[in-house]
Amino acid sequence: MPSFVITQKCDGCKALDRTACQYICPNDLMVLDRETGKAYNRAPEMCWECYNCVKICPTQAIEVRGYADFMPLGAVVQPMRSSDAIIWTVKFRDGQISRFRFPIRTKPEGSVQPDAGFSTGTSDLKSPLLRTEPDSTGMSDLAKMKE
Amino acid sequence: MEKADLFETVEINTDLLILGGGMAACGAAYEASHWAKQHNLKVTLVDKASMERSGAVAMGLSAINQYLGLKDGKNKLEDYITYVKNDLMGIARDDLVANIARHVDSSVHLFEQWGLPIWKDEQGRYVNEGRWQIMINGESYKPIVAEAAKNALNELGENGSYYERIFITGPLLDGNRCIGATGFSVRENKFYVFKAKSVIAAMGGAVHVFKPRSVGEGLGRSWYPPFNSGASTYFTLKAGAELTCQEVRFVPVRFKDAYGPVGAWFLLFKSRATNALGEDYMETRAAELKNWLPYGNAKPTPANLRNYLMMLEVEEGKHPIYMRTEEAIQNIVREAKDEKTSKRTLKKLENEAWEDFLDMTISQALLWASTNVKPEEKPSEIAACEPYFIGSHSGGSGAWVSGPEDIAPPNYRWGYPNMTTVQGLFAAGDASGASSHKFSSGSFTEGRIAGKAAVSFCVDHPGMPVSLEQKILEIKEETFRPLHTFDQHKEYTNDPNVNPNFIKPHMFMFRLQKIMDEYAGGVSNLFRTSRPLLEKGLDFLQFMKEDAEKLAAADSHELMRCWENIHRLWQAESHIRTVLFREETRWPGYYFRTDFPTMDEKWHCFANCRWDPESGEWEMMRKEVIDLVK
Repeated sequence: MPSFVITQKCDGCKALDRTACQYICPNDLMVLDRETGKAYNRAPEMCWECYNCVKICPTQAIEVRGYADFMPLGAVVQPMRSSDAIIWTVKFRDGQISRFRFPIRTKPEGSVQPDAGFSTGTSDLKSPLLRTEPDSTGMSDLAKMKE
Repeated sequence: MEKADLFETVEINTDLLILGGGMAACGAAYEASHWAKQHNLKVTLVDKASMERSGAVAMGLSAINQYLGLKDGKNKLEDYITYVKNDLMGIARDDLVANIARHVDSSVHLFEQWGLPIWKDEQGRYVNEGRWQIMINGESYKPIVAEAAKNALNELGENGSYYERIFITGPLLDGNRCIGATGFSVRENKFYVFKAKSVIAAMGGAVHVFKPRSVGEGLGRSWYPPFNSGASTYFTLKAGAELTCQEVRFVPVRFKDAYGPVGAWFLLFKSRATNALGEDYMETRAAELKNWLPYGNAKPTPANLRNYLMMLEVEEGKHPIYMRTEEAIQNIVREAKDEKTSKRTLKKLENEAWEDFLDMTISQALLWASTNVKPEEKPSEIAACEPYFIGSHSGGSGAWVSGPEDIAPPNYRWGYPNMTTVQGLFAAGDASGASSHKFSSGSFTEGRIAGKAAVSFCVDHPGMPVSLEQKILEIKEETFRPLHTFDQHKEYTNDPNVNPNFIKPHMFMFRLQKIMDEYAGGVSNLFRTSRPLLEKGLDFLQFMKEDAEKLAAADSHELMRCWENIHRLWQAESHIRTVLFREETRWPGYYFRTDFPTMDEKWHCFANCRWDPESGEWEMMRKEVIDLVK
């Protein structure tokens, strides 16, 4: 099954008001089993393998086992996402391991200023200029087509 | 007691209602908040998932595919229009493409300021993948953009809000005016009625309409996300809006099975694709392009024609088709002047190649790892995916929308920019048609355009919409009917999924996919279809429309699946009807009409359709293509 939950590691996000994986899954697949207190993927065949549940899980209880109808067993691709970078460990079927690190954002989460320091050159609702334009285009006016 | 009675009705009154939470919806919320503040208006966004990771960019992206570089004089608007027009075999709205193109760089500059890492060269310039594409470290692209949209809504104080995990089923109408939407929460027993002065549909494209290549667990590994289920098409159709290019599906060619991106390999690493014999079919089959002039001569060759040449190889049994990664890497490494540089180059390439997958299609990294693929050592298979409906990429499907005042010719202009033919209903991203190649940045930008225009509509139409209490009660009952159906009949059999009184959404979807695959030119028919096949397919869809009333759901998650598949069904019907209407083959690598195997000048026009909410009849229309660039 695409994303799966390691029973021993999942604590059902006890400390939170909802499980992290349930909050994030774009396809509403992750659910908390009230009896066991563990989360699970209710429809693995609808899983996009987007890894958002894997990235967000506070106990690293979720991994992905590639779609069994076309992937041989044995590979692991596992992320560790920090505030500004993500580190991927790729384990091949033959045991070889590669590691990659990529930046994910240049400014801290929560710091986004909508106007980003640009000013809006009009207050006219009928003008084609959008918020922050023309400043944010880097030009003095919108580009035009030749007549 | 009716199941519907268990759901509390929550009524939300707003001015602008934004449906969706992806790039276009975030763009709309971002832009509309600014203008709404000046006019003391409310903006409300409704997302079926969590904005932080919803929509097509949920996983991330490794490139931004639309950036013109206008400020540096790299390109002109006309260049982009020509590129899009050629890629779509002459069928595109120049005014819409130009409007997005003149604003898109601004959006990208905002993304960078918000914290999106964009690759830079030594001079501090963006690194281009191709002429229009720039490379990013895009793992957190969507969280960054969603944060900007949420913060923009926050600037409105009480007037700005967003709702998550609410699935919108359909529109609220007052004649030819859209005055809101209804839906339900997938988390709580709540039925939502949103009333608004203007509405923006931005709920993405449609996946899982056609049978995918993988039907086990790999069903979910669609190239476009499986949670984009045709809501935009359904919403605009049911509102009575005219739709365009519903025949212009998109068939991407990607790494086989995991559907990893090929753009970086073709454009950045200059890789070739060959057949099993090592022949480059773009060269050996170049003569075929002459059958599709003038577009066959365009550079780059239109996506559907590149597909088509590859499909001809497959028809002749000359596959597997390979992306020659090993050759491309050798070519790049060979240019290094010494062994040390060569090793460093190889390491850099390895990083870039893996990031390309890890940023946006992690499954492809898993597939390479599980099959011990080292791209520098051996080539990897590529193949045509199943068809998708995505007006933001190289497909064209979506609503027929009004063009910008200062660019659009009179025939393309009937009101506010990006307003559909229904008053007060706007469309952006995959929801708006004939303005292909918007991708992530252009969809966000089109959302901005629609956002500003929709606020303008609210200011010009200050009256609150009429009350529709009786209608809303009917809609509520229809919304929850699948729960009721299940409850009423579940005791009859001892299998919750097999019961003669109802059909579960999963099997309903499989039936739809089978019909589309076999009759409307899916993968198993090598994308070929004809009038007799299409008419047969349409017959089967009519049975499905009847059976849709017997869809059954055990819980609100399954209720969402029911409605997603009703939405897909309408997407399928508009597609078949339009493929049937256009009696020619214009995009041979997307679908091939065996009864009309060539391109016909008299079909150099848009094929539009409209479902009439009053009569329930479909109307098919031709609309003129007006070239703004000669």
